[in-house]
Amino acid sequence: MIARWLAASLFFMFLVVVWYLIVKAHIWSPLLLPSPVSVLDYLRSAAEDGTLWEATLVTVRRLLIGYGLGILVGLPLGLLTASSRWCQDTIGVLALGLQTLPSVCWVPLALLWFGQTEAAMLFVVVMGTLWSLIIATDNGVQTIPPIYTRAARSMGSTGLHTWTHVVLPAALPFLLSGMKQGWAFAWRSLMAAEIFVTILTGFGLGNLLHYGRELNAMDQVIGVMLVIVIIGLAVDKTLFAPIERFLHRRWGTERQ
Amino acid sequence: MSDPTPANTVSSKLVLEHVSKWFRTSSQTVHALDDVTLRIAEGEFVCLVGPSGCGKSTLLNIIAGLERPDRGLVQADGETIVGPGPHRLVMFQEASLFPWLTVLGNVLFGLNAVECREKAEYFLELVGLKRFMHSNVHELSGGMKQRVALARALAPNPSVLLMDEPFGALDALTREQLYGDIQRIWSQHRKTIVFVTHNVREAVCLGDRVILFSPHPGRIREEFAIPLPRPRDINSVDLARYATDITHVLKGYVQAEVAG
Repeated sequence: MIARWLAASLFFMFLVVVWYLIVKAHIWSPLLLPSPVSVLDYLRSAAEDGTLWEATLVTVRRLLIGYGLGILVGLPLGLLTASSRWCQDTIGVLALGLQTLPSVCWVPLALLWFGQTEAAMLFVVVMGTLWSLIIATDNGVQTIPPIYTRAARSMGSTGLHTWTHVVLPAALPFLLSGMKQGWAFAWRSLMAAEIFVTILTGFGLGNLLHYGRELNAMDQVIGVMLVIVIIGLAVDKTLFAPIERFLHRRWGTERQ
Repeated sequence: MSDPTPANTVSSKLVLEHVSKWFRTSSQTVHALDDVTLRIAEGEFVCLVGPSGCGKSTLLNIIAGLERPDRGLVQADGETIVGPGPHRLVMFQEASLFPWLTVLGNVLFGLNAVECREKAEYFLELVGLKRFMHSNVHELSGGMKQRVALARALAPNPSVLLMDEPFGALDALTREQLYGDIQRIWSQHRKTIVFVTHNVREAVCLGDRVILFSPHPGRIREEFAIPLPRPRDINSVDLARYATDITHVLKGYVQAEVAG
């Protein structure tokens, strides 16, 4: 465990050192490639005057609400398409089609419908999450070995009980990977929306990134990008990784 | 309570009369069962034997209530079977244990909240796996998994136990142990057992009666009573003699079919 931590830290320290050396070599102007030190300076000052925290809070709140809504709607719809031929042919096909639409394409529509409001942001995030979640859930349920439901039926399980005690837990590994994918899509669509649109109700990380470009403040651009990466990593490591570890242990799919 | 009695003389636990079943796909229709009539007495151990495709598993599913016959009558305790129920539990051939539950959780599945834990532990003890009750399913060997499946099927106290080639995937040594276990459990708990297998020796070792099926369409060809004393050893000479006779008859049907 310690060895793995050490290897990872060494790797990232190495990257920073390479970055530093490239800056020192003056190949590019410092306006285009700021040194790690100035990026760190920006992050420190933005943290001190509160803009960074505020932007992070706004972004994460939008993300959580939008993602939550996406799951709340997408999971049941996915179960529905998996259990009924009719829903498969209607909602299933709709989801398959809209999933191919890059989520940033929803931004113009969201702006016209909702104006420059939080609702527009949430709409984009939900649209980015929902369709892929429906498809992942549907796939997950359909790959459950039929022997499980037969065994359950033989033991007297029916209807809702079968769904909650057999279908959902059996599909859990697939549901989780669907939720992970949904999370990634939600994150991407929110960033796209924030970069494109300034909204008066809140100034998110994407907006901060956008203004970094407007002001030609490369240290801000890279600093905010780093923050976005770190949030993504942190969510994966704290939210999804423990559930994944549990599933691997139970199902015996652990890699040695 | 008397000794295991031949069918017909007492009221039958399971009655099948003129049962037929077809499976239709878009390209063809398969005649799975043709006019099967069978009576099974309370507490009887009946083995259904035949080559693959003879409809014996289909018959088991019909008794379980997981499938409906297209024609004929199927009754348990004098009542027509319309669906699955906890009085007739199936133990499947493949791993049908739920990997998201522990061993104990699997055995608890068919039990309601009141009966619970004590009962599950009792049946795990019965199959010799109590100390593995908190293990995950994938940590068990194939034989242990089928033992858990047996405990899971026994725990809700079904009067009929339906076993669909439960030991098919196991090695010979493990199977022999399980023959011993199943005979011991059967003599203690006196379930009515319908056991599907394509292994004649296994059928002779376990059954009071061996029912021989032939395929295309699946129908009953012959019935053999096995009056050997219990517990039976699969390697005994008497048992081998019965098995040889039945295998001989079975081969006759298979060859007749190949010959057209």
